[in-house]
Amino acid sequence: MGNMVIETRRLTKSYQMGETIVHALRDVDFMVETEELIAVMGASGSGKSTLLNILGCLDKPSSGEYILEGKPVSELGKKEYAPFRNEKFGFVFQSFNLLPRTSALENVELPLVYDRAGRVGKPRRAAEEALRRVGLGDRMHHMPNQLSGGEQQRVAIARALVNNPAIILADEPTGNLDTSTSADVMTLFQELNRDGMTIIVVTHDPEIAECAKRIVLMRDGRIHGDNQVSA
Amino acid sequence: MRSLLTSLGIIIGVSGVIVMSAIGEGSQELIKQEIDALGTNVIIVFPGAGRTGGVRHGAGSLNRFTFDDIEKIKREATLVKYVSPAVRSGGQIIAGENNWSCEVNGVSTDYFRIKNWPVEYGAHFTVHDVQTKRKVALLGKTVADKLFPDKDPTGEKIRIRNVPFTILGVLKEKGQIGMGQDQDDIVLAPSTTVLYRLKGGRYIDLINASARSADQLEEAEEEIRTILRESHRLDDGEDDDFTIQNQTEITEAVTETSKIMTLFLGTVASIALIVGGIGIMNIMLVSVTERTREIGIRLSVGARGSDILVQFLAEAVALSVTGGLFGILLSLAIVFGVNEFTEYSALIKIKMILISVVFSAAIGIIFGFFPARKAAGLNPIDALRHE
Repeated sequence: MGNMVIETRRLTKSYQMGETIVHALRDVDFMVETEELIAVMGASGSGKSTLLNILGCLDKPSSGEYILEGKPVSELGKKEYAPFRNEKFGFVFQSFNLLPRTSALENVELPLVYDRAGRVGKPRRAAEEALRRVGLGDRMHHMPNQLSGGEQQRVAIARALVNNPAIILADEPTGNLDTSTSADVMTLFQELNRDGMTIIVVTHDPEIAECAKRIVLMRDGRIHGDNQVSA
Repeated sequence: MRSLLTSLGIIIGVSGVIVMSAIGEGSQELIKQEIDALGTNVIIVFPGAGRTGGVRHGAGSLNRFTFDDIEKIKREATLVKYVSPAVRSGGQIIAGENNWSCEVNGVSTDYFRIKNWPVEYGAHFTVHDVQTKRKVALLGKTVADKLFPDKDPTGEKIRIRNVPFTILGVLKEKGQIGMGQDQDDIVLAPSTTVLYRLKGGRYIDLINASARSADQLEEAEEEIRTILRESHRLDDGEDDDFTIQNQTEITEAVTETSKIMTLFLGTVASIALIVGGIGIMNIMLVSVTERTREIGIRLSVGARGSDILVQFLAEAVALSVTGGLFGILLSLAIVFGVNEFTEYSALIKIKMILISVVFSAAIGIIFGFFPARKAAGLNPIDALRHE
C-alpha cells in the first residue's frame, strides 16, 4: 500500500439554483493513495465532476474537510488555491482545453509559466520531454487545429504531466474520442500509472472504467460503491 | 482588424494632442519671432491724455515730447542703451511715373539698432544727416517694390509731398506684425528732416528706446519715467502725461492669447483620448467574454488571479501604446504636411511625444483595469464551461 494523498471527510457541496438548493455532494468520505488508478463512475448529475473539481482545487466545498498530502486544503482561501493547482495537479478535460493558435509545445509549457517556485529549471526542455513521453515528439510545433482529437488529448496529458503533479485528474478524457483512440488514451494512463503516477479518471463508460485498478461508483452525490478491480 | 478600429480612438486622440500642441508651439515661436522683429528689449513711450480742468482728452492729445527729452534720456538714463524719436508723417510719394502713399517716419540712427533693422541695399543715414536735416530717405521693401519695381533705387530721387529726397537705400524685409500691419510699407528719414521740412511744429510723436538687457526693462522704464516727469515739470501728485509700454507686456499679451487657444484645442484632443480609452475598455470587456475559456484553462493549470490581471492589463496597455505610436506617426505626417503646404508652422517637441506615450499607456492601465479585474475574478469551473 502507498501513502495517503487525498482524504476527504463529510465533503458536501450544494448550489443555490434559482429557488431550489442542489446538493451535488453529500457527506463524501473518500481516500486516495499514491500510485492508484481510479475510475469514478456514475450517471450525469451524480456529483462525480463536482468531486473532481473540488479535489483539483478548482472549486471549494460547502462543508467538510479536504486534506491533501496532510494539508487541510478546505481551510485555505480561494486565492491560495492557485499554487496547489499549479504544483499538485494535472488536469485533462473532455474537450481538451488547449489554447488555440498556440503550438503544442507552448501549450505544454503553460503550467511552468505560472510556476513561481520555478521547480522545473528548463521549461522548454521539460515540455519537450513530456510531449515525447505521450508519443508526440514529432508534433511539437503543430497548432491544436492541426492535430487529431487523440493527439490533442495527448498534448493535454503532456501538459498535465509537465509539472510533476501528485495526481492527474481526468474529467471524461475519452468523451470526445472514438473507441480506438479512447483505448490508446487509457493505455497511456495505464503506462503513466505503472511509472508511479496517481490518476483519477471520471467516466460513464464501463469499458474505460475496466482499465482502472479501482472503480468508485457515485449516485446522488454519494459514494455508492468502491471496488478494487482484480488484475 | 478590430484592434485597429479600437486603437483608432487613441490614434486620433494622440495625434490630435501632438498636432495641436505642435501648432500651438509653432505659432508661439512665430509670435516670438515677430515680437523679436519689433526690436530687442524695446520700450515705447506714448504721449498721454491731456486734461483741461476735469475733462480728459484721448490718448495722444497732449503731445509734449521734444528733442530735448530725447537728449536728456540719452544723457541721464544709465540703463537705456538706445533712444530714438519717432516723428510720424505721411503722404503721396512720387518717383518718376510711379507714385505711392504711405507713412513717413522721422527717426534717429539709434532707431535701426533698437529695431534690429539692417539695409538690403545702400546704407543707413548718419548722425550727421540728422544734425543737418538732410533730405535723405530709406525705403521699406514694400514701398521700394511699388516705386522702383525690379531695381535697386539707391541714389534715385523721390518727392514726398513735393519735397525732394535722395534715396540712401532699401531696408530689409520685416514682414507683417500680428494684426496684419505691413512693417515694410514705410519710408524712414532723419527725424529732424521730417519734423522741420515735412510736418512742422515742435513735438515728436513717440519715443522708442531699448534697455541694456531684458531683465533691466522695468528699471529702464522707471528711469525714463523719472526723467520725463522732471522735464515735463510734473508735481508728485500728478498723473504721468505719457504711457510707457515695454516688449514683455506686448509679448505676454500675445502669448496669453495663443496659450488659451492651445489649451482649448488640447481639451478637445483630450476628450478624444478619453473616448479612445473607453473604446479600449469596451474591446477588452468583449475580449474577456470571448476568451473566458482561455482564462479558465490558464486558471486550471495554476495561474493566479493576479497573473490573469497582469496579462489583460498588458494587452490593454499594448493596444493603447500601439495606438499611441501610430498616433505619433500620424501626427508627424500631419505636422510635416502643415509645415509644407500651409502658411502655419508647427513645432514638435520631444517632450510632447514622451508625454503622449506615457499618457496612452496610462489610458491602457486605467481603462484596462476594469476588464482585467473581471477576467481575474472568474471562477475556473464556470470559465471552463463557458462556450
